[in-house]
Amino acid sequence: MIEIRNLYKVFGTKMVLNNLSLTVRRGETKVVIGRSGVGKTVLLRNIVGLVRPDSGSIKINGVEVTNLNEKEYNRLRMEIGMVFQGGALFDSMNVGENVGFVLNEFMSLDKKTVQEKVRDALALVGLKDVEDMMPSQLSGGMKKRVSLARVLCMEPHIILYDEPTTGVDPITAAAINNLIIELRNKLKVTSIVVTHDMNSAYQVADSIAMFYKGQVIADGTPDEIKNSQHPVIQQFIHGEAHGPVTEDENLVFGHVK
Amino acid sequence: MLASRISNSVKQWVSYVGQLTLLFSCTVACAFTPPFHYNRSLAQAQRIGPGSFLISALVGFFVGMIIALQMAYQMVQLSAELYIPNVIAVALTRELTPVLTALIVAGRIGAGIAAEIGSMVVTEQVDALKAFAVNPVKYLVVPRFLGLIIMLPVLTILSDVIGIWGGYVICVFKLHISYEMFWKMTFRALSMKDIITGLVKTIFFGMIIAIVGCHQGLTVKGGADGVGKATTAAVVRSFILIIVMDCFITFVFYFLLNV
Repeated sequence: MIEIRNLYKVFGTKMVLNNLSLTVRRGETKVVIGRSGVGKTVLLRNIVGLVRPDSGSIKINGVEVTNLNEKEYNRLRMEIGMVFQGGALFDSMNVGENVGFVLNEFMSLDKKTVQEKVRDALALVGLKDVEDMMPSQLSGGMKKRVSLARVLCMEPHIILYDEPTTGVDPITAAAINNLIIELRNKLKVTSIVVTHDMNSAYQVADSIAMFYKGQVIADGTPDEIKNSQHPVIQQFIHGEAHGPVTEDENLVFGHVK
Repeated sequence: MLASRISNSVKQWVSYVGQLTLLFSCTVACAFTPPFHYNRSLAQAQRIGPGSFLISALVGFFVGMIIALQMAYQMVQLSAELYIPNVIAVALTRELTPVLTALIVAGRIGAGIAAEIGSMVVTEQVDALKAFAVNPVKYLVVPRFLGLIIMLPVLTILSDVIGIWGGYVICVFKLHISYEMFWKMTFRALSMKDIITGLVKTIFFGMIIAIVGCHQGLTVKGGADGVGKATTAAVVRSFILIIVMDCFITFVFYFLLNV
């Protein structure tokens, strides 16, 4: 279970997280939606400890993590997998070494076992015979899937997905969505999925939280979000260029003359 | 106005040296904390050594020749050309080869380290390391630090030897000093303390190149532009710190240790 209370984070003069509170129950898949720059990725980075909040509380399985030192945090990080937006594959290693990174780094497994686990993890994300390829030879979608396979090898209890289906073809996106659902159903993995893809959000979410101006303005089931009368939510989920969000930001989109 | 700018520059440099010191302390602590990954340091040493050997040998050879020619200009007038091998041996081993090799390696390897780690930062690879509970200092900085500490003295010894051969070419073939006399004068002038003082310097220079390169890489801001700036800064700052450190170590050896 992840409990976030009154979280604040400021970068320079920009307040990215502004008294944000959110709860993700054990085994739940929480989808986080919102415009770019509202603090969705910053929230994930706060949870995994890549940035520390200015104030507020983050409890993971009852443990307050905001005041943990790096050594204590590292123990916790072994249970949290993060799928980065751009994949963040190590470009000096091939795909096999990337996927087996945690196994090679922390577990004294023999080479054959590591190879088998790597092959299984890659098969889960629909990739085969790519172990010897370098990240530079992969497409954006393949990088994302390899990144997911690398996390699956860790067998984490919590997975944080930063836009897992952005930039992948619809078939791969559906496969990734299915995988997120299977991980919840079979392994009871707790997940936070940051996405702009509303189809994906409705498919995988147990609940959806909408971020606006560094706060959660709505948190409910996919049906509750779909039927919400909040104008900001309506504009976002229907992808309208004009509405309260753009008016509030004094954002005027031009027209082709 | 000028005073305030100077004061700001001084503050920035003091803060920068402080950050380098912190990274250095952290690197040393990580280097002595298990688990030890010697293969990573050896892999870095392999990347640094063979690639830099040819260029440092070439520079050493020509510097040996240049010293011989410059000394000949003065010594011939004093009929003291027999002492040229002494000067070549001492100047190369104590001062020129350690500094020039370090500058070459700073340009070649220090820049590469800053660019490599900088690209890892902008593509979130360093964040991925942290997210996988891997300490980036232990994983990225320690192997480069140890690799440079191992390889810079080796490259300097090779460059010393080749530099003396450069001097030999001029002394024997141009100044007509017999080869027996050349080697006799060279070994008479050269003592173990000359070689050791030169090598001790290279260990410090290796530390500077590794720490400055890694620090520039780890603190990259922005994208490709930031990586480019970090690479340039790594070379320029390494050059400055190598020369300052050289002066400091020479001072310590000469005045405090009397060698």
